[in-house]
Amino acid sequence: MQPLAITRYSTVNCLGAGSQALAGAMLEKRSGLTPCDFDGVALDTHIGRVRGLESLPVRSDLGDYDCRNNRMAQLAIEHDGFAGAVAQARSRYGAARIGVFMGTSTSGILETELAYHGREPATGALPPKFRYAETHSTFSVADFVRRYLDLQGPAFVVSSACSSSAKVLGSAARMIAAGVCDAAVVGGVDTLCLTTLYGFHSLELTARGPCRPFDAQRAGISIGEGAGFALLERVGPKTDAGAKLLLGIGDSCDAHHMSTPHPDGLGARLAMQRALQSACLAPADIDYVNLHGTGTRTNDAAEDRAISSVFDGATPCSSTKGATGHLLGAAGITEIIISILAIERGVMPGSAQTRQVDPAIRCNYLLEPRPARVRRVLSNSFGFGGSNCSVVLGAAG
Amino acid sequence: MRAFVEGIGLVGPGLNGWQASRAMLAGGQAYRPAPTSVSTSALLPAAERRRAGVPVKLALAAGLEAIEAARRDAANLATVFASSSGDCDNVHAMCESLATPERQVSPTRFHNSVHNAAAGYWSIATQCRAPSTSLCCHDSSFAAGLLDAASQVAVDGNPVALIAYDHPYPAPLGTARPIGATFGAALVLAPQASAGAIARLDIEFEPQQAGATRMDDPGLEALRIGVPAARCLPLLAALTRRSSEQVFLEYVTGTHLRMAVTPCD
Repeated sequence: MQPLAITRYSTVNCLGAGSQALAGAMLEKRSGLTPCDFDGVALDTHIGRVRGLESLPVRSDLGDYDCRNNRMAQLAIEHDGFAGAVAQARSRYGAARIGVFMGTSTSGILETELAYHGREPATGALPPKFRYAETHSTFSVADFVRRYLDLQGPAFVVSSACSSSAKVLGSAARMIAAGVCDAAVVGGVDTLCLTTLYGFHSLELTARGPCRPFDAQRAGISIGEGAGFALLERVGPKTDAGAKLLLGIGDSCDAHHMSTPHPDGLGARLAMQRALQSACLAPADIDYVNLHGTGTRTNDAAEDRAISSVFDGATPCSSTKGATGHLLGAAGITEIIISILAIERGVMPGSAQTRQVDPAIRCNYLLEPRPARVRRVLSNSFGFGGSNCSVVLGAAG
Repeated sequence: MRAFVEGIGLVGPGLNGWQASRAMLAGGQAYRPAPTSVSTSALLPAAERRRAGVPVKLALAAGLEAIEAARRDAANLATVFASSSGDCDNVHAMCESLATPERQVSPTRFHNSVHNAAAGYWSIATQCRAPSTSLCCHDSSFAAGLLDAASQVAVDGNPVALIAYDHPYPAPLGTARPIGATFGAALVLAPQASAGAIARLDIEFEPQQAGATRMDDPGLEALRIGVPAARCLPLLAALTRRSSEQVFLEYVTGTHLRMAVTPCD
């Protein structure tokens, strides 16, 4: 693909709001996971919760969209100068030339869960204040972001579970290449809700303590929440010398099982190979791999096999989910931003919460942050339904 | 963006396949609504067949009809799935369970709750590992899917199957989000005109409001308005008539897609 410049990005997750907070935590290998205290949920698990959303309603002119998920989107937009960068892009290109492509898994379904608690006993009706289109609808977050940033280009939501906000970069890149838009706001937002907390628990995929990716004792995921955004533009004469670039993207399906990865990581391997091909790079060109690394026994084992089939054993790899938790539909963009921070700061992240790497693991797994010159990073995001996406990032020049 | 339509699939109320529905779509025969009949593809393995909801079977039926008509192999065709709300029966059942003190959720219900459930079952049934995406744009989900599929054809130069489907919510969610019927449609789009190509589409995104092309038949027009996936009906009608026509499709607020449909001979 034609590389695209990532001219601005912003994040919010349990490590804090803004990319400084995320970068600091990565350097110090700090984790934001805490015992689950989400709204009366009595599950013995850890979560990556963003504090304070309860008192941060969405902008009043968009009050109909008020829900935890859109609050999270707003919080990220208002950090790292993201709203200002989009406003400048809007004046350069025009509002109709900027697309909005967002990923989410559960959108504002928490509103519907709460509405089902508050059904009218006699009729079963939902409370009158319940708004489906602006909250629960999978499209709600892109609709909200487009209105919030006053953009008029094409928009949609990709919802392919935990690969959603990696895949949006592919859609955006194609829209720009096809000339439908000149720039794109891409991102992902997912927030805590009963569906995912009890759903992953029903599959016995949530760890009791904090998740420990690639650990010999790993026992499942820790569900997190958060948002990440990036502004994509064409590379041109005005692109900064050190600009961070989207170099390639590859996706695939497992064709195996709805909630268990292919045991040999066949789909994951295809996604990585397609991403490298799209970037016109060889495996040896990659300095660091940010793994999907959820911390379940099967996911990490399958990803390790896939990594070992693509890369030689030397390429440093780590998962950052022990720090952030699994951000589901926001995981892809969050880890893309972590990959960019690795390039900018010259540090490969370590693996918070992991104590002892599983001896069966073959990849070169980093427990501790490692200072290094990082030029090219591959980031993996895999989801239910066997949906896989790998993204290659790099620095210009 | 340019794409050639190679195959069409259609499953809706009184619409049992595109071939069987041609006279109604083209306007020569009055539309007679009847409950949507969704067959279960034999490609779905037994375990998945037991677990799959109506929307999965709907997507498979519409998609496979289009791919068969296009004489393509589903095992290596990229896919775009577009739906407003995914498996609505399943969302309702989950929310009901989560409103009880026990909050017991079944694992199958949970993995069926992802918006890309149809894509997941599809890839298992067809053994397809090609790229696949699952989109939502509320009432304009078909337009969003068409835009994404057309961009894959135009930029990547690969054929793509676009599969749009919707299935109603039961009460009480059905009151907050009414979806009028169970409806699925599919198009196989390709970068070049193959021997059997039906028509050429030239698709433009336009950032102004424009009236959507309507259906002449009041029953089909009600279906178009009532089901997000059925917003494709005017395009299917133009493709069926095999005449050069312009079709306008409402997209995200304040925008539309304008399509020039040119039949291939």
